Amino acid sequence: MRSHRIYTSKSATTFNDRSCEAGKERHTTTLLAADEIRRAITRIAHEIVERDRDLSVLAIVGIRARGDALAARLHTAIRANEGVDVPLGAIDITLYRDDLTRIGYAPVVRESAIPFSVDGRVVVLVDDVLFTGRTIRAAMDALVDYGRPRAIRLAVLVDRGHRELPIRADFVGKNVPTAAGDDVRVHLAEVDGRDEVEVVTRVPA
Amino acid sequence: MNWTRRHVLDTDDWSRDEIEAVLDQTRAMVEILARPIRRAPPLRGRTVILFFAEASTRTRVSFELAAKALSADVTNITASGSSVEKGESLYDTVRTLQALGGDVVVMRHASSGAPYFVAERTDAAVINAGDGWHAHPTQGLLDAYTLRDALGDLDGKRIVVVGDVLHSRVARSDINTLMPLGARVTLSGPPTLIPMAWRCGTEGLPPGVTYESDLDKALDGADAVIALRLQRERQASGLLPSLREYSRVWGLSADRVARMRSGAPVLHPGPMNEGVEIDAAVAHGSRSLIEKQVTNGVAVRMALLYLLAATAPLEERA
Repeated sequence: MRSHRIYTSKSATTFNDRSCEAGKERHTTTLLAADEIRRAITRIAHEIVERDRDLSVLAIVGIRARGDALAARLHTAIRANEGVDVPLGAIDITLYRDDLTRIGYAPVVRESAIPFSVDGRVVVLVDDVLFTGRTIRAAMDALVDYGRPRAIRLAVLVDRGHRELPIRADFVGKNVPTAAGDDVRVHLAEVDGRDEVEVVTRVPA
Repeated sequence: MNWTRRHVLDTDDWSRDEIEAVLDQTRAMVEILARPIRRAPPLRGRTVILFFAEASTRTRVSFELAAKALSADVTNITASGSSVEKGESLYDTVRTLQALGGDVVVMRHASSGAPYFVAERTDAAVINAGDGWHAHPTQGLLDAYTLRDALGDLDGKRIVVVGDVLHSRVARSDINTLMPLGARVTLSGPPTLIPMAWRCGTEGLPPGVTYESDLDKALDGADAVIALRLQRERQASGLLPSLREYSRVWGLSADRVARMRSGAPVLHPGPMNEGVEIDAAVAHGSRSLIEKQVTNGVAVRMALLYLLAATAPLEERA
């Protein structure tokens, strides 16, 4: 499915293509190529360290399913730059979603893994795309069930706008203006076998 | 996989995918129970009614903790001290449950099949917490989870189930849950406490299940053993000569347990008669997963409550 460059009414009817409307042609463009993703992560790693100099209280927590892969990359980059192993965790926000009764099926709950106390730490939440902000709200609610962080910060690879909650990112790989109906797709080697960020837009009539 | 079931009445018609879906969700729930705040919000605004028309402590408490860990409201109806004791029929109790507006009814009943009767007559999701001699699906699932957690993939593993198989809904649910996962089950116990069709040759047995009347032989090289509770009233009914003889021939002693593969775990659904079906040294020994079963039981029930109730539309109530 992802190899299709043009989405037609026939090819774009799967459930995951939530933005696709039958009969509308879709166009896919690359937002970030693999080396741009790599540079963005290196830059964010530096920014995180500059923002909170005290690495002893820093922790990184990725939101499943792609934020956790990005969090691991940030963790590796910080170790390479600073020689410090900051605590790394992953969080699943399914049980905290506000749309469980709207989506018509029970999404798979995956295991969270926060193998350290978040009390008093500066926790950097990591996700792939910042859109409505609802995922981040859920992640913050989940995180405070583990304790009281000194601060929660947010790092995202792509900020595509269209917030529905008063949430903003502290560290952004790339700001991308999009239409609400567009689909931003992040592919990461750990999950999808390759590194690329694409945006799928409706071809103007 | 896509979850489509509305009730959990028995696992006898479940596919391997369905069982594994529940066990995978259970893993995430175990993690929630290890958090400083053991509570997540997906069942906010839902009501879980615990309708226990037969004595139970651990299963009821386990369901109650599971429902609360997912932020549901919980109401208890027990047989003693309720209108059931005053002679209300099961049908009238169901109408009452329906009027109370529960989203999930968890029920235990002495009559096999009672949860099916209720499921047909209520809008709520029904979970069978044990019906007569028939089924105890959440126990089967938690035993499967506990065994999979300890042994890894259950494909080809041989699990011994020993004791009063005849009257045991746990034995039946264990078989129904372990077989689709690829495990083999060896039943053992006094012939008077094994179903007639299962103790005479292999024809009546489900595929992959065998009966071995010699417990020592059954345990030789086994991967795990599940001891069933001996219901003491069985002795009065003439099915057993004496508890002491039962303990000598069918009790799990340290020597017997050592016949299994090295480190093979010991399970028991509880409550235990220590010194009858299991020695205290085994029940509290290093191979015992009996306490783990209790924790895992809460997590399995959370997984089922989530799958059955978290995503249904919240309806406005009159």
